[in-house]
Amino acid sequence: MSISIKSINKTFGAYKALEDVSLEVPNGSLTALLGPSGSGKTTLLRIVAGLEFADDGPSKILFHGEDVSGVPAGKRGVGFVFQHYALFRHMTVAENIAFGLSVLPSKSRPGKKEASDRVKELLSLVKLDGLDKRRPHELSGGQRQRVALARALAIRPKVLLLDEPFGALDAQVRKDLRRWLRSFHDEIGLTTIFVTHDQEEALELADEVVVMRNARIEQIGSPQEVYDKPRSPFVYEFLGNVNKLTAPEGTHEYIRPHEIEIRFAAECEPLTDELGTIHHLFSAGPIANLSIRLDNGSFLDVEISRKILDEMCLDRHDRIAVKLRPEPA
Amino acid sequence: MKNRPVTTESPLVRALLITSAVIILTLFLLMPLFAVFAEAFRRGWEVFLASLHDDAALSAIKLTLIAAAVSVPLNTLFGLSAAWLVTKFRFKGRAFLLSMIDLPFAVSPVIAGLVWVLLFGAQGWFGPWLAEHDIQIIFALPGIILATVFVTFPFVARELIPLMEAQGSDQEEAGVTLGANGWQIFRRITLPNIKWGLLYGVLLCNARAMGEFGAVSVVSGHIRGKTNTLPLHVEVLYNEYQFSAAFACATLLAFLALLTLGLKSLLEQLSGHKAGGH
Repeated sequence: MSISIKSINKTFGAYKALEDVSLEVPNGSLTALLGPSGSGKTTLLRIVAGLEFADDGPSKILFHGEDVSGVPAGKRGVGFVFQHYALFRHMTVAENIAFGLSVLPSKSRPGKKEASDRVKELLSLVKLDGLDKRRPHELSGGQRQRVALARALAIRPKVLLLDEPFGALDAQVRKDLRRWLRSFHDEIGLTTIFVTHDQEEALELADEVVVMRNARIEQIGSPQEVYDKPRSPFVYEFLGNVNKLTAPEGTHEYIRPHEIEIRFAAECEPLTDELGTIHHLFSAGPIANLSIRLDNGSFLDVEISRKILDEMCLDRHDRIAVKLRPEPA
Repeated sequence: MKNRPVTTESPLVRALLITSAVIILTLFLLMPLFAVFAEAFRRGWEVFLASLHDDAALSAIKLTLIAAAVSVPLNTLFGLSAAWLVTKFRFKGRAFLLSMIDLPFAVSPVIAGLVWVLLFGAQGWFGPWLAEHDIQIIFALPGIILATVFVTFPFVARELIPLMEAQGSDQEEAGVTLGANGWQIFRRITLPNIKWGLLYGVLLCNARAMGEFGAVSVVSGHIRGKTNTLPLHVEVLYNEYQFSAAFACATLLAFLALLTLGLKSLLEQLSGHKAGGH
């Protein structure tokens, strides 16, 4: 089910949440809406779901070519997973998952056995077999998230929408679930849009990344594209660590910490290098992070592998040469 | 240096505070309660029972029960609707509605009763119209019900609004995306989440409905055997120097108070037990 989003505007009182936002989501893709708080990404997701409606105007939402702009959320066939799961506290896991089936009109409502089979099937899918009689407060965060997913999938949605699905979880659980979601998506192939402010998550998971800021879309592209070919300083800065250098003419240059080469101070090449002192060194981990104070006063973040660090035997207060300019032609 | 948690007081201060609390409790709550029961039984069991079986007393009890039976369900319905409206939707006039809900609390009960007299009394705005159609509101049952409904208006709403506000709309929105309609969402998602708060609000509403004096006193006319609720009847008996009878009726109200407190504690226990863990 492809999704076509055309010219969405949304204002809350005096606050402009979305400004002329348009987006095409191909069938079966896993798309990330990435941006800082207030960029409009959650508002956009909710409008696609039908939980909010765009301001009057030329805006349209199309599911596989069909205009669903005025269709209420219950009838759009979307599965929505909320940031804090929104599980029904007083129902068991099985009752939660079966809820969407139990509110169907009596003609389409599955019988007890059929519903129960479907619940079992979904529990298996999300690897929560046997937890059907538990209540939400008896589950861990990661388990609750998967119940929320199973619940959304029970109604066989055409589109899956996830609002910061891993935001409320521990780092390790987050990593595991990320991996799990990717393979899950590959398995069932449902068109999925998820919202996140974590660029690492977006770059790791998505087929396509939509970078948003201040109610607009800044750039759309594959993770490679938006990282290697950012179209604006904002995208560059948002998608990873960055050093910002100000040239004497006042222009800015950006360079990523891992793209900077360092040499011993004695080997400094005046045409390409700047000299500086290692101000701070963080090496607990696979990558060493150096904070270098250049002689001209500015600070630079440099990432080098532990191997290089050990080979060069670097330490705080050492003098160092940093290659900042390309070789002259 | 004493070894005690930073947030407690020294044993002396604790003893002092507890003693003063107990003294105040005894003076203002326990002694009056004890006095009511002591006076009620001063002339023995027979007089006590006779006072309660008296026609006027029975009629007063019946009137109190009717007033409660009408106002509690009405205000529960109103409270549920208002709380649902105010917490799940944002609309113009929402703040106004919230302050209006609190109005009966801000107004003196006497004024609450007077308002109805000014509207529906013989000299009131609708007085002539009512007289024409032979409808009696003031000094009759309808007036008493109106006054009771007014003063117990906010109880259920005030109990539910903060509760529902704190619970948020996430679960309801989840219900929407799963295809449930408004009634299904209310019955299967919202109601189970608020049931303890709802019961608590109904309990308080009932206690006030049965015990209301001021507003009902103004609209009732104190017609013995006809428009006296139980609290009014107690006053009438006392003014006629029938002390034992007055206190006998008062014990009924005291029992109601104790029952309310007991149920309230039970509800708190039950809701705490259910809510544990999330």
